[in-house]
Amino acid sequence: MSALDLARFQFAFTVSAHIIFPAFSIGLASYLAVLEALWLRTGEQIYLRVFNYWLKIFAVVFGMGVVSGIVMSYQFGTNWSVFSDKTGPVLGPLMGYEVLSAFFLEAGFLGVMLFGLKRVGPKLHFLATLMVAVGTLMSAFWILSVNSWMHTPAGYAINAQGQFIPVDWWAVVFNPSFPYRLVHMVLAAYLTTAFVVGAVGAYHLLRDKTSAPARLMFSMALWMAVVVTPIQIVAGDMHGLNTLEHQPMKIAAMEGHYETRAGAPLILFGWPDNAAGETRYAIEIPKLGSYILKHDWNGTVQGLKAWPKADWPNTALVFWTFRIMVGIGFAMLGLGLWSLYARWRGGLAQAEWLQRAAVVMGPSGFVAVLAGWITTESGRQPYTVYGLLRTAESASPIAAAAVGASLVAFIVVYFAVFGAGTFYILRMMGASPADTTSGPDPMEPARAAGITPGPAQAMAAPGSAQH
Amino acid sequence: MVLDLAFIWALLIAFAVLAYVVLDGFDLGVGILFPFIKGTRNRDTAMNSVAPVWDGNETWLVLGGGGLFAVFPLAYAIIMPALYAPITAMLLGLVLRGVAFEFRWKTERGKFLWDWAFAGGSLIAALSQGIMLGALIQGIKVDGRSYAGGWFDWLTPFSLMTAVAIVIGYSLLGATWLILKTEDDVQRRAYELASALTLALLAAIGMVSLWTPFLNPTFLARWFSWPAILYVAPVPLLTLAAAGRLVLAIHDRRQAEPFLATLALFVLCYIGLGISLYPNIVPPSISIWDAAAPDKSLAFLLVGTVVLVPIILAYTAYSYWVFRGKVDTDGGYH
Repeated sequence: MSALDLARFQFAFTVSAHIIFPAFSIGLASYLAVLEALWLRTGEQIYLRVFNYWLKIFAVVFGMGVVSGIVMSYQFGTNWSVFSDKTGPVLGPLMGYEVLSAFFLEAGFLGVMLFGLKRVGPKLHFLATLMVAVGTLMSAFWILSVNSWMHTPAGYAINAQGQFIPVDWWAVVFNPSFPYRLVHMVLAAYLTTAFVVGAVGAYHLLRDKTSAPARLMFSMALWMAVVVTPIQIVAGDMHGLNTLEHQPMKIAAMEGHYETRAGAPLILFGWPDNAAGETRYAIEIPKLGSYILKHDWNGTVQGLKAWPKADWPNTALVFWTFRIMVGIGFAMLGLGLWSLYARWRGGLAQAEWLQRAAVVMGPSGFVAVLAGWITTESGRQPYTVYGLLRTAESASPIAAAAVGASLVAFIVVYFAVFGAGTFYILRMMGASPADTTSGPDPMEPARAAGITPGPAQAMAAPGSAQH
Repeated sequence: MVLDLAFIWALLIAFAVLAYVVLDGFDLGVGILFPFIKGTRNRDTAMNSVAPVWDGNETWLVLGGGGLFAVFPLAYAIIMPALYAPITAMLLGLVLRGVAFEFRWKTERGKFLWDWAFAGGSLIAALSQGIMLGALIQGIKVDGRSYAGGWFDWLTPFSLMTAVAIVIGYSLLGATWLILKTEDDVQRRAYELASALTLALLAAIGMVSLWTPFLNPTFLARWFSWPAILYVAPVPLLTLAAAGRLVLAIHDRRQAEPFLATLALFVLCYIGLGISLYPNIVPPSISIWDAAAPDKSLAFLLVGTVVLVPIILAYTAYSYWVFRGKVDTDGGYH
């Protein structure tokens, strides 16, 4: 493999490993803020119990997100130095704002959120939780603006050194694909979290129907599925139409269209073959493709052959990851509708098959997020800045051996570390949230952090003597 | 000296890097000293003394890297490939020691593994940063707008020495932090370690200070030509004063002063480094003005920085204040 391929693989690997954690921690931070708000408002112990249960998991997820994120902030320079030199004047300040407005906010209040309840009292502690949640959303705002600019660059000029330079910051930040991508990703993070929380609730309900914390988690998660999934499907469709406007070649790859034609079919499945220039074994619905993309049964849809073959992305990858994402989206919708039926029929706690399905769907959000990102990012190839800077012209002047060696090191360390982290998280999720004998009094939060044998200790999983 | 945007940004980036060095310095130092602290409970105490703040400390590193990308993109694009191996090692070290803060509490059987990850990761990160410092001072080969050296240019006797110096310096920051934040066993051990590390650090500072001017005639002129010597003389003199305070403070078993004196040593050495390198951001050839992004980029981020950095400093100070005093070993949420 060439140094370029290795650098691409390294970025794909480290960013894929990273995105899993923010996809979860963005949603979980908001969920924790909601739980703490409910606890403060009602004084009901159950909210604090569920809060403490997820807080411990959040700490581990967030820690892994931080360390894998630091790697990302240096990857631009180590493997993509030409890209960094050229885009730094435009993208650098956005990332600077991400650090200043998001990372510091999260990190500054995380300590108080995790360790400070008895030191600062419930109200200030809630403020800390809220700041962490706001920080995760600010972070999403800036980094998605950066990413969107790479897809739909705007507000720039090019100077004598070949650098992109800012002309209109508003146009840079709010570039054409940014609002769609931001909404789509934040909703995806919320859904990912909802399905994890729902699966954990379902798992414990299957073991004990009377577990109040498990019922709370399961019910809250499924309301999220009911409300957010349809919004996400609409947001995804709008994002797709925005992509059609600005990156029509990517849409052609997502749809598996090679030929430009009026009344194009919707290809459900098939095998896009760039070499042959056609989608083999296509199962298609006539004219529906034109209707979805152009809202006209006979609308003309561009195929990949409208562009030079050298500019085509890996069509099969774009095509299939897109279908995985969409398929999961509709499965999520289905589970949400099923939960409405189950509530009507006598309650979620009794619906064992729904609970089993929810357990199976637990990791579905992660799969959908990864698949969707692969669709959009590999659909951006062969460019880093769409249409303007080729990936091949973005890489550092680094020998393949150096990139390869660091890639192996990243793979080994990431699998060991994040593998262990996933194991610990699953073990924490396996511990029953109902195993808390005496919760702390809301007016006396001193014990929430656990000096005396309290909820924190009782949550220790079998075999782990927690501190 | 010209008070323009590039100069202001050079000061701000320098501040971010210094903040990183002293803040993450003490929590990396606690990690490096982990093997020298015996007993699970004592190690719990040591780790809990930095657990609420390490994440914020490390954010300054992201600001240093992200800031360089934003305001001196050419420097970022040259330095990162030049220091490819030590940066990769540093990142992996930070991964290992960062997750140890959580993982160490999740297992009894595997606890020793995460103790080693915490200590080893901290040591690797410190060594890598020391190598990066040495390699940067020695100078980086540049052709046009990219790095032109080999893949092991960073490995020299000088960079190995700065690596050792940084490990010693961070360890001393860690030891004096533990003096400040702990009691009994851990504090006694920290005093012992701090005494030995102080001598080692003073020797290391002496060697680096004497070696650096002879790497480059410009450095030599900055320090030893007349009348420059008059302007720069306060730096070594204050360094000696701080070293004296440090030795006395440890001898007198003071609580906060050893840490403050070590901080002063770091700040003075850092100023000394600045005197040698200014105005280059990629020694020996690329100045802050060569590397700077257009004014429009610098100004845009400066507006936010002027507003946000004071707020960040305020809530960071608040967070340290919340966790003031001696660490509560049982104060975790684990």
